Amino acid sequence: MANADAPLIEVKDLGVRLNTSRGPAQAVRGVSFTLRRGETLGLVGESGCGKSVTALALMGLLPDSAVISGSIRLEGAELVGLPDAAYCKLRGNRISMIFQEPMTALNPMHTIGRQVAEPLLRHTSVSAAEARQEAIALLDRVGLPDASKRIDAYPHQFSGGQRQRITIAMALACQPDVLIADEPTTALDVTIQGQILDLIADLVAERGMAMILISHDLGVIAENVARMMVMYGGTVVESGETQAVFTRMGHPYTQGLFRARPRLGARKGTRLTTIAGTVPELADLPAGCTFADRCAIVEARCRAALPPVVDVGGSHGVRCIRTDVSMADGGVVA
Amino acid sequence: MSAPLTAAAGTAAIAPGARPVTGFWRRALRHRSFLLGAVLSLFVLGAALLSLVWTPWSAYDIDVASKLHPPSAAHWLGTDVLGRDIVSLLLVGARSTIMVGVIAVGIGLSFGVGLGLVAAARKGWTEELIMRMSDFTFAFPAVLSAIMLAAVAGPGMVTSITAIGIFQIPTFVRVTRGSANAIWAREFVLAARAAGKGSFRITIEHVLPNILSILIVQATIQFALAILAEAALSYLGLGTQPPQPSWGRMLNDAQTLLFQSPMLAVYPGAAIAIAVLGLNLLGDGLRDLLDPRLARER
Repeated sequence: MANADAPLIEVKDLGVRLNTSRGPAQAVRGVSFTLRRGETLGLVGESGCGKSVTALALMGLLPDSAVISGSIRLEGAELVGLPDAAYCKLRGNRISMIFQEPMTALNPMHTIGRQVAEPLLRHTSVSAAEARQEAIALLDRVGLPDASKRIDAYPHQFSGGQRQRITIAMALACQPDVLIADEPTTALDVTIQGQILDLIADLVAERGMAMILISHDLGVIAENVARMMVMYGGTVVESGETQAVFTRMGHPYTQGLFRARPRLGARKGTRLTTIAGTVPELADLPAGCTFADRCAIVEARCRAALPPVVDVGGSHGVRCIRTDVSMADGGVVA
Repeated sequence: MSAPLTAAAGTAAIAPGARPVTGFWRRALRHRSFLLGAVLSLFVLGAALLSLVWTPWSAYDIDVASKLHPPSAAHWLGTDVLGRDIVSLLLVGARSTIMVGVIAVGIGLSFGVGLGLVAAARKGWTEELIMRMSDFTFAFPAVLSAIMLAAVAGPGMVTSITAIGIFQIPTFVRVTRGSANAIWAREFVLAARAAGKGSFRITIEHVLPNILSILIVQATIQFALAILAEAALSYLGLGTQPPQPSWGRMLNDAQTLLFQSPMLAVYPGAAIAIAVLGLNLLGDGLRDLLDPRLARER
C-alpha cells in the first residue's frame, strides 16, 4: 500500500505454449498490461482465444507441460518460474479467482462455511472459531440471506446465484490484491448476472483490489471495466480505455464482434451478423495476422508477419497495419 | 403472504437435509436389496462371531463311528465323512472366510487406493509406471499367483490371503485412479488450487471424500470375490489347510461323495452363495445410498 501509483501486477510479453494432442500450440503470444490497485481490466474474445489461459497463467495453474515465457510481476516480484509451493502461498491469498460454473466450483461434500473459511485457515493464523465468524461476515457481505443459519448447509441446497455469491466470498476471504473473474456470470440468468456484477464492482471499489474480468459478452465488458483488451488467436488485437475502444474500434475483429451482437428493436427476421470463417487452430496459427483468413480488408503483407501494435491515440492500441482503412470513418461501427 | 412462505422454505431447506448423512439410516431401511444384503452379511458375520464362543460340537474332533449321519436332533445338518458336525464346520468356516476377505481386501485397499491416488495426483511418468505395474499384476489370475506363491512359501492360509490380496491391488488402483482423475478434472479442484492448496491436501480433502462411496462399493464386491477365490484355492488344496475348516475345503471333501451324500456339497455351497450374494446386494445398496444425487431424489 506504500505507493498507490506503483503497478500492482505487471505482465510483459506473456507467452504460453501448451502441449496438446495435436502438437504444441501457442495459446498466448505477447500479452502485456499493468494494473494498479482499484483498476479494472476486461478481457474479451470468443472461445479459445486465450482469455482463460492468460488467467490460469497469472494464477500459476497451467499444466506442468505448459511453457510460459515473458514476465508476470506482482509488486515487483517475478511469478514466472516460481516453484509451486511458493505459488500456493499466493493463490487465494494475494491473487484470487472466481470461476465460470458456480454449480461445479464448490465441493459437494463440504459445507459452504468450511469452504469459505478454508483460505483463511490456510493463509492466516486465525483460529477455527474466528475463521467461522469471518466466513459468516463474508457470506453476509456478499448478500447470502441468513448467512449465520445457513453456514452449515451444503452447496446443493443453494441456487446458482447464491452459489456464485459463495464462491465470491471464498475468493475474497483473504482480502486478495488481484481478483480474476473468469466469466463469472455466464452460467447465470440475466437478472442475477447484473446483481453479481454489481456486487463484484462494489467489492473491488471497497477493498481497492485490481480486477481482471474475462467475458465474451461485450455488454458486460462495456459496463464493468475501465480498460479492455480484445483477444484473438492468442494475441491482443486491440486494447485501450473501454470508452475509447467502444467509440472508435480499430481492429476489423473488434468491429466484427460488435456487429455480431444481437440488438433490441431489430426488425423481425433480421439475421444476426456473423464473422465469416472459423477461429484458427492454435496448433496451426498462420504466420502473419491471426485474423487474416477472416478479415475483409486483408492484404498480402498482413500474412507476412504478425502486425505490430499501432497507437491510434490515447494509449488505444490496435494490432493492425490497415487502420487507415479500418478506421477510415473514424472507427465508428453501426 | 410471501414472507412466511419464504421463511418456511428457508428452514425446511436447512433442517432435514442439512447433512447428506442424516436420513441415511431412514433411507437405508426403505432400500430392500440393501436390507437383504445387510441381513445376509450380518448373518455370516454373526456365525463367525458365534463360533468363537460356541459351536454345537467341536469342529476339530473326528468321530469316524458316527460318520455321514443324516440330519438329526444331535447333528442338525448331519456329519461329514470324518464324523464332524456340519453346523460346527460351517460356523468355524465362516471365520476363515471373513478373515481372508477382510485381510485380502485390506491389502488391496491400502496399497491400491494409495497408488491410485498418487497416480491421479502426480500424472506423467509416475502414473504410467503405476498403471503399467498394475496391468502386469492384473495379468496373473489369483489362482495362478497363489500356485506360484504356494510353490515358494508352501500352501496355507497366509499364502492364499497374500495371493488374493495382491491380486486385488490392481483393481483398486484402476478404480481409484479412474474416479480420482474425474474429480481432479472438476472445477472445484481448480478452485481449491486457486485457493492455494497443494496436491496432497486436495487429494485428502477433495478427491478422497468424493470417491469414498465408489471405493466402499468396490470393497464389498472385492470382498465377495475374495471369498470365492479363497473357496477356490481351498478346494484346490492351496488355501486353508486341515484341520482348519473352511467352506472351500468342505466342498473339496464333499466332491468324492457327491453321489453318496450330495448334501455335503450343498451346505458349504449355499454358505458361499449367501455370503457372496449378501455382500453384492450390500454393495449395490450402498452405491445407491451414498450417492448424494440419488439421496436428494428419494
